[in-house]
Amino acid sequence: MSPSASVTPAAASEPRVSVLGEAQRRPEGSCALVTGAGRGIGRAIALALAEDGWPVAVNYRSSGDAAAATVAAIEAAGGRAVAIQGDVADPSVPAQLVEAVHTQLGPIAVLVNNAGLRADGLALSLTDEDWQRVLDTNLGSTYRLTRTVLREMIRARFGRIVNIASVVGPRANAGQANYAASKAAVIAFTKTAAVEVARRGVTVNAVAPGLIATDMTEDIPTALGERVPAQRPGRPEEVAAAVAFLASERASYITASTLYVDGGLSA
Amino acid sequence: MADSNTEQIEQVITDALVTFGAEESAITRDAELEALDVDSLDLAELSQIIEERFGVELTSSDVAEIKTVGDAIDIVAARAQ
Repeated sequence: MSPSASVTPAAASEPRVSVLGEAQRRPEGSCALVTGAGRGIGRAIALALAEDGWPVAVNYRSSGDAAAATVAAIEAAGGRAVAIQGDVADPSVPAQLVEAVHTQLGPIAVLVNNAGLRADGLALSLTDEDWQRVLDTNLGSTYRLTRTVLREMIRARFGRIVNIASVVGPRANAGQANYAASKAAVIAFTKTAAVEVARRGVTVNAVAPGLIATDMTEDIPTALGERVPAQRPGRPEEVAAAVAFLASERASYITASTLYVDGGLSA
Repeated sequence: MADSNTEQIEQVITDALVTFGAEESAITRDAELEALDVDSLDLAELSQIIEERFGVELTSSDVAEIKTVGDAIDIVAARAQ
């Protein structure tokens, strides 16, 4: 090729995408991955996505029986799901998990970073271990899985990433400095990742639940529930509905947002 | 004179740049990627395409060295030998 010569046009058989950032339909044969989907909010999200027609990879760390039950519930409703074990807090796991999902269900069009844990204590008495494991699980896994799936999503010109944050983070909650730091960071990460890939048809949003009745919150004093304007804790299905919407084609112009599902607690 | 492998690399890179929105008539060896409105996200995607098609892994420092279309073709052609 000589300098300044025009390079030959693309072969007609090469697929082209001429309009970047324009919403497209979900790629055929693609699936959803939900981390921490054996129980609680994750389970409800997996069920809701399956109801919307997504094959779902149900990731779990230790609750294999619960994950199997989630898969069984999806299959009983006519959906398709597989349970895949993996502790996403381990930095080596996210890439392996994505590979396993690829092999078993296909490319990932929807990623829900739901896996999370609490290790509460006043900031002045938190241990380094409690700090680190909360950050590794809630924030580190979100970053590593997002990084991995974005590579395929930008190529597909379609992707939906929903990160589960919390009202704790944007708002203070004594005894949860580590959890709050991780969740506030998830929201900040969500916004920046979203603007980086917006023109490739990939959306990245956060859903911030308030007080939701799950195993994870059963030890929280009932008095907290009285602070909720709705005067009741939320149900996992109510969080899942918001996630399913953001994962849908209908939410194609919503990105970098945080949707609060908290009965008015954050107002 | 370009061999068939280099021609294939040129083709793949050109196709990718057009996909990213560059004007095909402006894509020449000497064209600067910045002038073609190719940004860091485009380069990240181009690196993936190159890795898939030619098995050449470009590091972020390799990518930082690529200023023109010719730079991209040359580095891939050299590594794909």
